Amino acid sequence: MQKTSPAPAAPAASERRRHILILFAHPSSDRSEVNRPMVEAARTLEHVTVVDLYGEYPDGQIDIDLEQQRLLAHEVIVFQHPLYWYSTPAILKEWQDLVLEHGFAYGSGGTALHGKLFFNALTAGGPEVAYQTDGFNHYSIRELLHPLEQTATLCGMLYLPPFALFGARTAVEEGRLARHIDAWLQLLMALRDRRLNIEAARTQPQLNRVLDALTEEG
Amino acid sequence: MDGILFEAFVFLCAAVIAVPIAKRLGLGSVLGYLLAGIVIGPVTGLVGAEAREIQHFAEFGVVMMLFLVGLELEPRMLWQMRNRLLGLGGLQVAVTTGLIAAGGLLLGMAWTVALVVGLILSLSSTAIVLQTLSEKGLIKTDGGRASFSVLLFQDIAVIPILALIPLLALPELAGGGAGSLAEHAGHAAEAAHQHQSLSLVAGLPAWAHALVVLGAVATVLLGGHFLSRPLFRFIAASHLREIFTAAALLLVIGIALLMTLVELSPALGTFLAGVVLANSEFRHELESDIEPFKGLLLGLFFITVGAGIDFGILASNAVFIIGLTLGIMAIKGAVLYALGRLFKVAAAGRWLFTLSLAQAGEFGFVLLSFSLQSNAIPSELASTLSLVVALSMLLTPALFILYDRLEHARTPSAGDDPTPDIDTTGTVIIAGSGRFGQIVNRLLVASGVNTVILDHEAAMIDMLGKFGVKGFYGDASRPELLTAAGIDSAKAIVIAIDDRERAVQMVEYVRRHHPRVKTLVRAYDVNHLYLLNKAGADLAVRELFDASLDLGKEALKAVGMHPFKVEKMARAFRRHDLAGLADLYELWDADTAMSSNKAYLARAREHAATLTDLMSTDRLQLHDRSERGWTPPPKGYTDDLHD
Repeated sequence: MQKTSPAPAAPAASERRRHILILFAHPSSDRSEVNRPMVEAARTLEHVTVVDLYGEYPDGQIDIDLEQQRLLAHEVIVFQHPLYWYSTPAILKEWQDLVLEHGFAYGSGGTALHGKLFFNALTAGGPEVAYQTDGFNHYSIRELLHPLEQTATLCGMLYLPPFALFGARTAVEEGRLARHIDAWLQLLMALRDRRLNIEAARTQPQLNRVLDALTEEG
Repeated sequence: MDGILFEAFVFLCAAVIAVPIAKRLGLGSVLGYLLAGIVIGPVTGLVGAEAREIQHFAEFGVVMMLFLVGLELEPRMLWQMRNRLLGLGGLQVAVTTGLIAAGGLLLGMAWTVALVVGLILSLSSTAIVLQTLSEKGLIKTDGGRASFSVLLFQDIAVIPILALIPLLALPELAGGGAGSLAEHAGHAAEAAHQHQSLSLVAGLPAWAHALVVLGAVATVLLGGHFLSRPLFRFIAASHLREIFTAAALLLVIGIALLMTLVELSPALGTFLAGVVLANSEFRHELESDIEPFKGLLLGLFFITVGAGIDFGILASNAVFIIGLTLGIMAIKGAVLYALGRLFKVAAAGRWLFTLSLAQAGEFGFVLLSFSLQSNAIPSELASTLSLVVALSMLLTPALFILYDRLEHARTPSAGDDPTPDIDTTGTVIIAGSGRFGQIVNRLLVASGVNTVILDHEAAMIDMLGKFGVKGFYGDASRPELLTAAGIDSAKAIVIAIDDRERAVQMVEYVRRHHPRVKTLVRAYDVNHLYLLNKAGADLAVRELFDASLDLGKEALKAVGMHPFKVEKMARAFRRHDLAGLADLYELWDADTAMSSNKAYLARAREHAATLTDLMSTDRLQLHDRSERGWTPPPKGYTDDLHD
């Protein structure tokens, strides 16, 4: 019954820094090879809150008030998850259905999320070549996420392209994990410290590809 | 009476002062007892020759210790140990005896005397080593197990050695035997007397002797296996704790007596009985009953060893005796180290093995007095050796400290040391194995978590056994039983006993003494729940709440409500109820009955009314907590949506 309280309001000294909320969804995180190291890395950063949704709501009963308070306390909202059937695991859909209420996130008076940044940090089993018109998935990853992009847009948030890792099942064996974690931390820090060129980023297919070009030296 | 009280006072006083200080200084309890003995014996003279007699009595602590060791050791494990037991143990005794005897020959002893001395000094101190190993949690490491194998072999070897020594008697000592016996009158003569008067086998021909001995061992094994269970069950059914304790003591003393009668080592007999009972559901209860007696007797034994040190002889011959002690320990250590390599004891364990067993032991005292009485060694040599044995035992804690240093110096990354047996999942103790505890246990066991079940009804344990579930008999509210069940290394304890007051007491006890262990408790009702919360339970759950709610849900479905609607109502009800519980806790008063606590009742009524509101707003289709989130947005809401 006891839930962790939302992050307190930022102190004046770090006013310029953004607060990042990572909503992490993995129904069997004990078998996770990429997402779990990402969570562990993110937890080391200041101004970053990681919520393990399956850990916090094992019975699926999401605390709507708490989740809305968390949204209010952060400026960047991240869905971190493995890609399940071209979308999120079920609890993130449940989270959207429950937390993004009329009058809070959209509709009359629903302006709580206006101006916040939103993106997906996802891992996909298929190789990147599959996610194109002539690949076996037929659509790019950004196209497949259109429902989420539109959800963010309807809520007045700025949608950023996904931060994605393809071929995730073999990333560890092929030694790609360390580089991915490194890029993940770079991205989070750049967002937090307002070093990421948001307007330029919004037009990209993915965040990881162009990270260096979009980031100003801190 | 005054004398006994005074002695008891002196011994207890010395122990109570010295042991905690030694422990605080990191020296271990054994050195504390030894120092206490030195203070009350040679230093202040409060205790004199009577220490020897008390020591004889206190040796029974060793017997009890081996019973407890046996309880921890199932027959299967013993069988797995057989190579080390015979190989490591046998070679240790043989090689050490040979080397020390060779040294004796060099010093000009007769070969028989040299052999007796070698045998006496080849033994190590089971009491000190096992006590220290278990205190430091090293007993399950590779080195600890190797040490244990050797100690066990030595304890068994005492029996043939006792048979051998009379054959090595010196003819020239036989005449003067009476004189030297007189000097050591107290102990040895008494032992000799006992030896003759209390024996079933004295004077029997060899084949009959063997038959009687075999019969006695068979009695212990078969009796332990077949008779102990019904007997203990019968006693347990009386629910008289002290009678169970008495029965446990009776068992140990009875076996010791039987073994003495057939001239076997009592320690060996009780050890075997322990092994036989290791599979029994009464194991933890027996452990917790015998443990305090063993602890006190062993402590007493160590004190008498300290008190018995004759600093007079030491002072007159200091260099020789200290040199001899160190020399013997060096020889023993070298043999142990070589055997450790030979038998591939892990590198870290090898030093533990070498250093922990390098002393001579309490059986050395027993054998010394027996040899003296059998005229196998001269009396001056006996007193010198007795001092050597005592000194080497006194030095053992220093060896353990040396081991700690060596261990500390080793780089922790040296990957050759397999970690000791620590259950990665951790153990959960389940107190109470009725309908409640059983379900908890089934879930945990199915999920691969180790559990230890305790129940005070022997009949319940019996029934669980029929379903293939192993439980242990005992009153789980007794701290000693919790200790025997392994609460020190448990992750959590589930308290599911019927007795409400005892459940609260158990929570208080575990909170105070094992704050690391999570307490998960079955509560009878709200009042009990609050009492448990107040006692500091990590989680208390009303035993009937969830089952009632489940049945309520089924009733709603039976009257035709959509199952998911029912689910949402039940969730709302649950949330509301838990909020009310938390809210009402501050008005609750342990000393006022709920039915006469006016403020509590008023708030409870208020809270109950909000439930009606909650459910009725739902009927008006407003945004309320139970429907929240799945309620469709208001009609016409799309008019407001635009880019």
